[in-house]
Amino acid sequence: MQKIAALMRQKAQELLSSGQVQQVAAWRKGQLAYDNAPAVFTSPEACADLVYDEFCPANLSKYLLAATKKKLKTAVFLKPCDTYGVNQLLKDNRVQREYVYAIGTPCQGMLDIKKIRAHGLKGITRITVSEGVVQVETVYGTQNLPQRDVLLDKCLQCKGNAYMIADTEIGEKLATPEPRGDAFAAVKRIEALPPEERFKFWQQELSKCIRCNACRDICPACSCEQCIFDNPAAPVAGKAFADPVEENMFHLIRAYHVAGRCVGCGECARVCPQGVKLGLLNLKFMKDINTFYGPYQAGSDATTPAPQVTFTQGDVEPSAAGQKGRS
Amino acid sequence: MFKIAKAKWPELWQALAREGQLYLPALVDGKTDFAPWQKDTKVDLLTAVTAKSLKQLFFAQVEPLMHFQTSGKKVAVTPQELPAQPTIAFGVRACDLAGFTILDKVFLKEPVDTFYRARRENCTLIGLACGFPEETCFCQTFNIDAASPAGDIQTWLVWDNLYWESRTGKGQQLTAKLAALLTEATAEDAKLVQAQQTKIRETLSKLPLGRLRFSPELAKHEQEVFNSKVWEKLSATCLSCCGCTYVCPTCHCYDVRDYAGKDGAVERFRCWDSCMNGDFTKMAHGNPRKGQLERFRQRYMHKLVYFPEDYEGTFACVGCGRCLRICPVNLNIVKVAKELEVDLHV
Repeated sequence: MQKIAALMRQKAQELLSSGQVQQVAAWRKGQLAYDNAPAVFTSPEACADLVYDEFCPANLSKYLLAATKKKLKTAVFLKPCDTYGVNQLLKDNRVQREYVYAIGTPCQGMLDIKKIRAHGLKGITRITVSEGVVQVETVYGTQNLPQRDVLLDKCLQCKGNAYMIADTEIGEKLATPEPRGDAFAAVKRIEALPPEERFKFWQQELSKCIRCNACRDICPACSCEQCIFDNPAAPVAGKAFADPVEENMFHLIRAYHVAGRCVGCGECARVCPQGVKLGLLNLKFMKDINTFYGPYQAGSDATTPAPQVTFTQGDVEPSAAGQKGRS
Repeated sequence: MFKIAKAKWPELWQALAREGQLYLPALVDGKTDFAPWQKDTKVDLLTAVTAKSLKQLFFAQVEPLMHFQTSGKKVAVTPQELPAQPTIAFGVRACDLAGFTILDKVFLKEPVDTFYRARRENCTLIGLACGFPEETCFCQTFNIDAASPAGDIQTWLVWDNLYWESRTGKGQQLTAKLAALLTEATAEDAKLVQAQQTKIRETLSKLPLGRLRFSPELAKHEQEVFNSKVWEKLSATCLSCCGCTYVCPTCHCYDVRDYAGKDGAVERFRCWDSCMNGDFTKMAHGNPRKGQLERFRQRYMHKLVYFPEDYEGTFACVGCGRCLRICPVNLNIVKVAKELEVDLHV
């Protein structure tokens, strides 16, 4: 990964020095062993701080919204899964291609600090990864963990190492984590529950929400100029819950709104401080879309229209969702 | 000082719960947070940092203020009664206790916030020393001693014993009611507690943020800090979610809103606000903070500059590190303060 980081720094410096781009979106080193932060670099000198390792999970594609608004040509480092988000933003016409310089960036799966902590590790001072083993040094001792055990959940649904959009690539592609079985297995388990239990499950999940809106704010499919939940005149404004129904509505409306545009990057679930199983709602929609309209992957290119925005005479009737949704 | 062995803790929780609604750190869905105690609660005294702070105990996320019943042109107003239930919070860490002294400065000064005061006065706080501080901890930056938590009672967990010491009259009153469960600690016990205190302070100094200081000069250069070029750089990647403000033990902005129910019933409530929200401080004329940069700056100006200016140099931060843990893009007050110090050469 250090070699990749060096190549990235070099590439960022080249692009900025030559004036090919005005800014570069990448990651900057933090103070802890795992807290690299997304950052925008505007000068070749600043790129000395650019890092890349197993703690760069953030999908940077959303920052292209601001780049387009400011009309700044922006180079953006994209892991394979992140490239789907860029395509979706292009397809939704929220990001203009002329402002994007997409750089495919190899990835072997990102690590989840929460899963590392769940092994009882605290006081972490250093984390190194080598040949499938994560070594965690803490002020209380050192422990080795198998890498696969501490991969982010989203990496266990990895779509592979291909870039869906890339103007250039850094180094050679790496082997991405093997996806964990059937992506829709969890959805099927919930579909199989009796309606009362299903309702209870979602009620419990969604009532954990504290309405921080992080899921919406990181989502490459949530790109409205102004979100309806930020409208103070609307009774659904998201500052605090006046009624538990309100949180439920937030997540349901959001899931409907991104249906067919959700690229399945898993960022919503990653950023949720409450651990709400947000990806599940989106997966349910993906599964239904696949069932009713044939296999479809949002963000695999920037042009194919989503099934819901095209009409064909063979389309299922809306009522089919109620009947077939549980199949 | 008293002690109580692990086998008797369930009785202790029960005895405390008889004296008031008991809150303690509970493990739910793999996450530790303060929760009302019930018989099957999985109490977790080893995790130093609960997911959220305990501020909602005194400053509720949603607090009804008054109720209206409208009928034609008539409006009947019913004030909300002040909360009267006694509460006990056990296992509160030094940082969160220090957070209450910061909230006190705001809510207990004239005009006093009566809801906050009622909840605060009804509560007995039992502190717990941090046996295992985490890498995100930096309470020592603000001279908070994780080994001697403030509160009405302070406790230490050493192996399978909990050591117990009252610090206030309220604490003594509660302790007296637990006499049957507590045994007098010996001189040996006192040594064990002292050894743990030394160990805690040593551990904290070895952590990545162990030697962190915030410069008091920041508060003396309001204009320079306000106009610093770092805000653009730092705010560029902030997602503008409210995570940091909601878990922060010192963030205390709120909004007042009306909730229209059925049949002309209206509830006026206050709810946590966040400078990360787009409509933060939005007024009839518009919003004085136009965008993301201005709102991001407000959060850190408030903590690092305005609050120290107003309250004799006190930063509105207690080093609990929750913002370091929650931020989806790893921005936090430590990074901001350090960037500012470099930019201002202080």
